[in-house]
Amino acid sequence: MIIEALLAATFLSAVIVFALPDEYAPKTAFGLSLVPVAGSLYMWATFTGSGNALTGGDIAFQTVLPWLEVAGYTFQWYVGVDGISLPLVVLTTFLTTLAIVSAWTPIDTRKSQFYGLMLLMEANLIGVFTALDFFAWFVFWEAVLVPMYFLIGVWGGPRRQYAAIKFFVYTNIASLVMFIGFMMLVVSLPINSFGLPAITQSLAAGELGNFYFLAPDALAAVAFAALFIGFAVKVPVVPVHTWLPDAHVEAPTPVSVMLAGVLLKMGTYALLRFNFTMLPEQASAFAVPIAAIAVLSVIYGAMLALAQQDLKRIVAYSSVSSMGYVILGLVAFTEFGLGGATFQMIAHGLISGLMFMAVGVIYNATHTRLVGDMSGLADRMPVAVWILVAGAFAYMGLPLMAGFAGEFFIFVGSFGSTVLPSAPLFTGLAMFGIVIVAGYLLFAMQRTLFGPFRLETEYELDRAPIHDIAPLAALLAAIIVLGVVPSLFWNMILDATVPLLDLLGGGAL
Amino acid sequence: MSLLLQATTDWAFSVRALAPVLLVALSGLAVLGIDSLWPDERSLELVAGTAVAGTLSALGLSLWYLASGTGQPGGGGAIRLFSETIIVDGTALFFIAIVTSVAAMVSVASYDYLEADENPGSYYSLLLFATTAMTLMAVANSLATVFVSLEMASLPSYALVAYLKTNRGSVEAGLKYFLIGAVSAAVFAFGISLVYGATGTLLLTDIAAQIGGVGDLDGILGVGILMIAGGFAFKTASVPFHFWAPEAYEGAPAPISAFLSSASKAAGFVVAFRVFAVAFQPALGVAIDWGLLFGILAVVTMVLGNFAAATQTEVKRMLAYSSIGHAGYALIGLAAVTADANPANASVMGAAMAHLFVYGFMNTGAFLFIAMVEHWGIGRTFEDYAGVGRKAPMASLAMAVFMFSLAGLPVFGGFFSKYILFLGAINAGFWWLAAVGAVTSALSLFYYSRVVKALWFEEANGSLDALDSKPTGLYAAVIVAGVVTLLLLPGFGPVIETAEAAAAALFA
Repeated sequence: MIIEALLAATFLSAVIVFALPDEYAPKTAFGLSLVPVAGSLYMWATFTGSGNALTGGDIAFQTVLPWLEVAGYTFQWYVGVDGISLPLVVLTTFLTTLAIVSAWTPIDTRKSQFYGLMLLMEANLIGVFTALDFFAWFVFWEAVLVPMYFLIGVWGGPRRQYAAIKFFVYTNIASLVMFIGFMMLVVSLPINSFGLPAITQSLAAGELGNFYFLAPDALAAVAFAALFIGFAVKVPVVPVHTWLPDAHVEAPTPVSVMLAGVLLKMGTYALLRFNFTMLPEQASAFAVPIAAIAVLSVIYGAMLALAQQDLKRIVAYSSVSSMGYVILGLVAFTEFGLGGATFQMIAHGLISGLMFMAVGVIYNATHTRLVGDMSGLADRMPVAVWILVAGAFAYMGLPLMAGFAGEFFIFVGSFGSTVLPSAPLFTGLAMFGIVIVAGYLLFAMQRTLFGPFRLETEYELDRAPIHDIAPLAALLAAIIVLGVVPSLFWNMILDATVPLLDLLGGGAL
Repeated sequence: MSLLLQATTDWAFSVRALAPVLLVALSGLAVLGIDSLWPDERSLELVAGTAVAGTLSALGLSLWYLASGTGQPGGGGAIRLFSETIIVDGTALFFIAIVTSVAAMVSVASYDYLEADENPGSYYSLLLFATTAMTLMAVANSLATVFVSLEMASLPSYALVAYLKTNRGSVEAGLKYFLIGAVSAAVFAFGISLVYGATGTLLLTDIAAQIGGVGDLDGILGVGILMIAGGFAFKTASVPFHFWAPEAYEGAPAPISAFLSSASKAAGFVVAFRVFAVAFQPALGVAIDWGLLFGILAVVTMVLGNFAAATQTEVKRMLAYSSIGHAGYALIGLAAVTADANPANASVMGAAMAHLFVYGFMNTGAFLFIAMVEHWGIGRTFEDYAGVGRKAPMASLAMAVFMFSLAGLPVFGGFFSKYILFLGAINAGFWWLAAVGAVTSALSLFYYSRVVKALWFEEANGSLDALDSKPTGLYAAVIVAGVVTLLLLPGFGPVIETAEAAAAALFA
């Protein structure tokens, strides 16, 4: 029942904050957001699950209740976590609280609505990562979009309407494609449940029938493609990434933090859960094109980042690049590949959150994000700048930071992949992305943070307030802790990802 | 003596079974009474209170009957009264619940709308008599009672549409509605006469029994069915008799638009469902493939309604076309019926009934939000709605809920009802209906989200000082509709289960 309690507490907090007067909303939202943090940490501490939730593992904190019975199908309220979803729940609650604190400075209108929507989004994100029935999951999945649409469209920058609608249209069309593909799959199975474990196990048992004129093999391939397209938009990968920079640039800092930190992980989480767990054979059949898309995202995303002048755009495009690594880890289908991809979701959530927040702090002070407009900020706001530098090094994969662990695991895993033909070639190409990352981050930092002080805007530069710095410090601490002791999550992640290897008869490493 | 006793118990039994209908009728008479006893006073509170009490008690009673099994297979089966011309069963009670809940919300909301009105008694009595007739449509079991109750519902509706006597648009809309209504009533009556000529009866169950023996008269029967279908197309605002709807909904007072587009449409569908499921199902194989007819009408209605809605500049007119589009979705419930005793028949029709239930709340709420905007007097177009979310967040939030729910975004009640309707159509083999439905719903998100965008994202063009007035009744109705729309997602189970059981009883 703890998941229900967590969801109920978060929804209730959202309603309370929405109804509060503006002046009390920020602090109350922060206070109330500590409840889900405590709840998720409690779940982490008392986690007893083992194995993968979908392939018959022991699901922790599970609840199964009947919801509807319609047209011969049972819809359930079915929640629970395993070693893949629990770290993501912890990431969600932790990052939401920090994002709320980071909103104290930039958000100055309609505060209670803003914080209410943030908490509403958190509740739905927890739902996405814990739901194990397709319909419960799908409702949460779509329900995340609505607060995001408002958060960008109401509190965003000058082109916020365009960005919000582009985001909404892209992700909704993707959801529709995914939904249709999944429905074709489920109605062709001899089961009457939308429970994800039941569907996975029925597929693994080879029970897929015909869908009208589509034979099982063709149907599985079509469904795989539809699901992949649906989730790829969310991740996003090149070439369907174009909504992301617009959304990021227009979104206010705390919303960018949530978007990069958690919302992108919905896409990779769903890819892992649906494409790579339910249809592993199709995943291995499509391994080469998917790996090509992953490497393209890594390289092209990094190149685009290299060409940007806006600090936020740099970080936004580098997210595209980083998510490419996650896809590469998934498609490798090895112990380290799948595990590393999951670990990288957490690591990238923290690091990109830190980067967006740090850029936000600089923007709060300078009111510009253009690289050419400033230099030598390190003298004036030392703490914020040094945390930003530390975050950039984490992005580049400095050892003993979370980013290193994630990327290292992925490369180890993908290098030795037996599923992906010419795996070392793809891995080598992707590793080249790291060099570009180092290039654009160092170049941007050198020009903005160091050298003689210069600022093109009319603002007095002051040290950032403590509530701007505190969430940065907390994130940096988390990145270092996770880099030094990856086993905090790594063990439970492996526990949940290794059973997947049996689906393809076991991979190397 | 025993005969008298028998008559008395029969009488008491009929009254009890028909109590939801009678309560609405009585409250309508009470409003008339209040108005004639104190003609000089403007007793708005009293008549509004009477209307709300009447509709809410009828709603409560119908829900209680539904829950306790009255008229349903579990509780002794359908109750047939007055030589079977009236039937009280699950379908009837389900639609009485839809009509009375819409009427209750409209009654509450009209309170603010009539603040400056001179004669609220006439408005409320017309509203209540129309509601009474719509509940009668739900229980009608003979083509004669169907026709009478349909006309009884139409006459007060014409008057209500033209209620703003000094407003040109309102009067024009009323006249247009009346003329098209008169033509379709003539067509409908002619259709009934042809069916009577072929089968020799007006009772729905007897018609079904006679269809096998019509012999050479099958052509006449087919034409009759076609004409009756036309009458329903008018009442439900479906293609090809939809022309009146945009004008009437736009010209009428907004609470009346809410009432007509939700309650009147639901009432039209309940007779259509009952007549075609009970009486004309055997005709599918004999006289006319009306399933295909409704399939084509459903596709055209969905496409036309949604595409036309996408090109509107006024919010109310957009909603009017969207209401036509939703009639298309509900028509799937008829289109997917097949001649054999297939359980898919009941599951699709039940899904369409459940969709009309959810639609009753989300669509009424949306039109009542427009009534609120009309109350503020800030304008009709999308641009005029800009920035309202900033000054009236609760109402605008509710409107966002209605819009997303109407679009079928999987966050509110409208998702499940549409999804289960499409799933039912696929299971019945009508995947093309589901495909058109899914595509048009995806398109509909475009125009519904324009309202949300205007309310929340755009800056106000003019002064929004008018928004400082908070009309209590309108707010209450809009928020109740919003909360119900939201709760219908987790609580969709009882609705769909009741609807499917009711539909299954129709086909039994």
